[in-house]
Amino acid sequence: MATSWEIVMGLEVHVELATKTKIFCSCTTEFGGDPNTHCCPVCTGMPGVLPTLNREVVNYAVKAGLATNCTITQYNKFDRKNYFYPDLPKAYQVSQLYLPICRNGGIEIEAEGGGKKIIGIHEIHMEEDAGKLVHDPWTDSTLVDYNRCGVPLIEIVSEPDFRSANEVIRYLEKLKAILQFIGVSDCKMQEGSLRADINLSVRPVGSEKFGVRTEMKNMNSFKAIARAINGESKRQIEVLEEGGEVKQETRRWDDNKDASFAMRSKEDAQDYKYFPEPDLIPIEISDEMIDNLRNSLPELPEAKRSRYVSELGLSDYDAGQITSSKYLVALFEENLEAGYPAKEIANWIMGEVMRMLSDSGKEPEDISFEYKHLGALIGMVQKNEITRNTAKKVFKAVFETNCDPVKYVEDNNLKTVTDTGAVKAAIQEVVAANQKSVDEYKSGKEKALQYLIGQSMRALRGKADPQTVTAILKEILG
Amino acid sequence: MDLNKMTALELGAAIKKGEISAVEAAKFSLGQIDKYDKKFSCYVTVESDVLARAEEVQKKISAGELTSPLAGVPMGIKDNMCQKGIQTSCGSLMLKNFLPTYNATVVDELMGAGAVPLGKLNMDEFAMGSTTETSYFGATKNPWNAAHVPGGSSGGAAAAVAANECFYALGSDTGGSIRQPASFCGVTGIKPTYGSVSRFGLVAYASSLDQIGPLARDAADCAAVLGEIMKKDSKDSTSVATDGVDLNAVLNYDVKGMKIGIPTDFFGEGLDKDVADTIDKAAKKLEEMGATVEKFDMPIVKYAIPTYYIIAAAEASSNLSRYDGIKYGYRAENFEDLLDLYTKSRSEGFGMEVKRRIMLGCFVLSSGYYDAYYRKALKAKALIKGAFDKAFEKYDLILGPVAPTTALRIGENLADPLKMYLGDIYTVMINLAGLPAASVPCGFDSKGMPVGMHLIGNYFNETKILGAAHAYQQVTDWHKRTPSEIEKGAE
Amino acid sequence: MVITDELVTYLEALGRIKLPEESREKAKNDLQEILQYIDTLSELDTEGIEPMSHALPLTNVMRDDVVAPSIPREEVLANAPAQKDGCFLVPRSFD
Repeated sequence: MATSWEIVMGLEVHVELATKTKIFCSCTTEFGGDPNTHCCPVCTGMPGVLPTLNREVVNYAVKAGLATNCTITQYNKFDRKNYFYPDLPKAYQVSQLYLPICRNGGIEIEAEGGGKKIIGIHEIHMEEDAGKLVHDPWTDSTLVDYNRCGVPLIEIVSEPDFRSANEVIRYLEKLKAILQFIGVSDCKMQEGSLRADINLSVRPVGSEKFGVRTEMKNMNSFKAIARAINGESKRQIEVLEEGGEVKQETRRWDDNKDASFAMRSKEDAQDYKYFPEPDLIPIEISDEMIDNLRNSLPELPEAKRSRYVSELGLSDYDAGQITSSKYLVALFEENLEAGYPAKEIANWIMGEVMRMLSDSGKEPEDISFEYKHLGALIGMVQKNEITRNTAKKVFKAVFETNCDPVKYVEDNNLKTVTDTGAVKAAIQEVVAANQKSVDEYKSGKEKALQYLIGQSMRALRGKADPQTVTAILKEILG
Repeated sequence: MDLNKMTALELGAAIKKGEISAVEAAKFSLGQIDKYDKKFSCYVTVESDVLARAEEVQKKISAGELTSPLAGVPMGIKDNMCQKGIQTSCGSLMLKNFLPTYNATVVDELMGAGAVPLGKLNMDEFAMGSTTETSYFGATKNPWNAAHVPGGSSGGAAAAVAANECFYALGSDTGGSIRQPASFCGVTGIKPTYGSVSRFGLVAYASSLDQIGPLARDAADCAAVLGEIMKKDSKDSTSVATDGVDLNAVLNYDVKGMKIGIPTDFFGEGLDKDVADTIDKAAKKLEEMGATVEKFDMPIVKYAIPTYYIIAAAEASSNLSRYDGIKYGYRAENFEDLLDLYTKSRSEGFGMEVKRRIMLGCFVLSSGYYDAYYRKALKAKALIKGAFDKAFEKYDLILGPVAPTTALRIGENLADPLKMYLGDIYTVMINLAGLPAASVPCGFDSKGMPVGMHLIGNYFNETKILGAAHAYQQVTDWHKRTPSEIEKGAE
Repeated sequence: MVITDELVTYLEALGRIKLPEESREKAKNDLQEILQYIDTLSELDTEGIEPMSHALPLTNVMRDDVVAPSIPREEVLANAPAQKDGCFLVPRSFD
């Protein structure tokens, strides 16, 4: 019988912190800019320069640790990780090997096949990002841009607790939501502010021993991650089933070719020669500082989700979806505070908002309309000023152009006709013009009624309440 | 006015009184450089606009805008401190063409005080060496006898002060690099408490040990320079506030009642008899002046050099990795790929001593050896600090030799690196503990080469060290001696 | 600790340097001599001693998160041995 295999994975997630300045100098962390224009002697590793630590980096790292249930290391040091590469101007990365700022945390996710599962967080440490290398086809050389060099990162190292691509994606979604909520990172994967290294091995189901693992670095889209996990686990299983051995190595996932490739092995063994960074002094984090940061944390997604269910009566699914994004929560809560009913707002978010996002290929953080517009729309429906169908059309305009829905309804004359006399007159005209359908209805064909309702709504340009129209029509038809 | 015999403070006072202008002073120093530097090779670079700078400073002095006691005084800067637009080579081919776009904090401070920099002073390559022979630009010679080394690594700085090619100089001291050349050249030099002078802009050798300090004609001049540069700097995270250090008190210091300890372990095997005798005499002098001097044991001395070379080499191997031929500095002409570019640029750009320390540093940090070497050395460092802490419970100052010998002949040590390392035995401990210590001229050996006494103080006790040195210099004239050639050269 | 040719080669690779062939043997012997001396440190009893990175007990020197202007790109690149399109230029560094 063929062996069945279990995939075992651990994640190293690099997150760029949303501080204004770099970790060791006062250059901006703003994304983009012409090459080497967000630089100074410190972040380009000029001779004789020294690092000065950005306080906010420590605050953000502690917040991230608290939000992921970690223990905070109260005596912190930085270490140098030494290696030569053109994107690393000092030829060492300042990081934390011996005393990472957070340890022993975890995040709860939905387990494969129902239930909950905790993914352990081994540690979170602070470090600096490297520069960017761009291939120059004209000279077949590499261009080096240090704008990103020195942008603060936290590296969140999980335990090897993942067993499927779905679990990885759920964890990443959750992690992203938490980090966005607490404001420490914008987690924009396409800009590289959240990227994951995946350590993956396979083993026969039931085996206690871990297999030999490979590492796939710098994955920056959920889709690519899912494909990479499937591709690489298949490759490893094939190798093992053919009697081969998996080699411990770093592999690059090529999403276009849907396959992973071994990176050229470095000329020498990796020996990072870590040692304590002598240019920086220890950071002591007091109980008071931890308490203050803990108190500054907003309500976290998990707590919000429970509250939405217990206090606001949302379904667990809806609550889970909305709390998966800081931006959806903001949209929800702003309108809740404005006094609109929770369920109604949730329905709009789960329905039209999600649909428009998915149709336009956007993420919640890309929402560009003012949140209050959704409430205004809901309000008009509640007051029967517009029909639900009209509201959907208006929302499309709001989503696309951020127009004021009240004004849009007025400008386009979309208000529900509330004058029953006018409605009746319009319906009587329809009845008079469609004698054939009237006859059919009277002979018992229900379908004919639907046709007449449709024609009446059309005559009223959709601005009447369909229930009212039906009632009046039935009355006229006797 | 005999500028040849003036200290920096005397010159500063004369300029302030209008007895001489900053421009005349600068011309004198440039004349000295012209006359002697071919022979002694103190300078790697002489600045081209010294007189313009002197003129600018003079105007500000005349207008009352510059009040520092050192305003208008010509000085030199060791070539490992960045000065905007001035070649900062660190005595290496690697940085031969490096023009910093920023100033070291000490340069900013001194410029703000009206210093007139003459140029950049020769040094052992990246401050690695005790003779200034490892400089890519050739060895500096000792003004007392040009067949001898000036010591190192701040050899250019010490020799320039001894040859009156500047009135004071900034040096740096990682394991004795201010004190040992000061001793060899018969000038006064002090390494202040670690962290009391900003390292920003000092090209790093070993970050946890490097410290900038002055070399000058006497203790009062050293105190004046420290007064300008001992400041907390937000650009250096290891920098500390020194508000409690009152350098003005140096001039009125009395050694009477002071307790001075001499570690017996400083007088073991390898110490030259002439040096030992000279230090003994200096101790007696201090006793005559009213201090009590007593010997004590400090057995940890024998572990100082291993500890130092592990830590210094480790940090150096990391600090010097940035010289890769990409952002600045030397790049090999022909290379096949990235690895080849790195390896060729670094192999051609660095000299042998630098390569040796990089390899040693890589070794002690490499996986499998870190605990046995680097971590062990950090523990030994804690023990060394502890030994000094204990000694300073009892003594105001610790006295000893700066180096086991006087200046050796050129070439004598270069071939045997271990022998050269052993010469650092008395100085490296001070850097490991982060303490302040000075070298103060106290005599000559039988060959006529100067001997310096080592005065070591507790943290932030610069005033005590320089105060005692100043008091000593009030009753001795060793610091006033000038090599006969320089003396004769006076106009 | 015995310094072998292999170790010398490994240390060269770690430090991205290459000793000239003619001075290799001497360098090896020098390193051996130095290490032998350094190894005397193993005699020192450091049981229970905490490693000390900094002699002075400084902690928590940090800076506020306030942006300061970066320097002009010409200054960033002023000392570059090779540059192109506002970037440092290096040999091909991709797999």
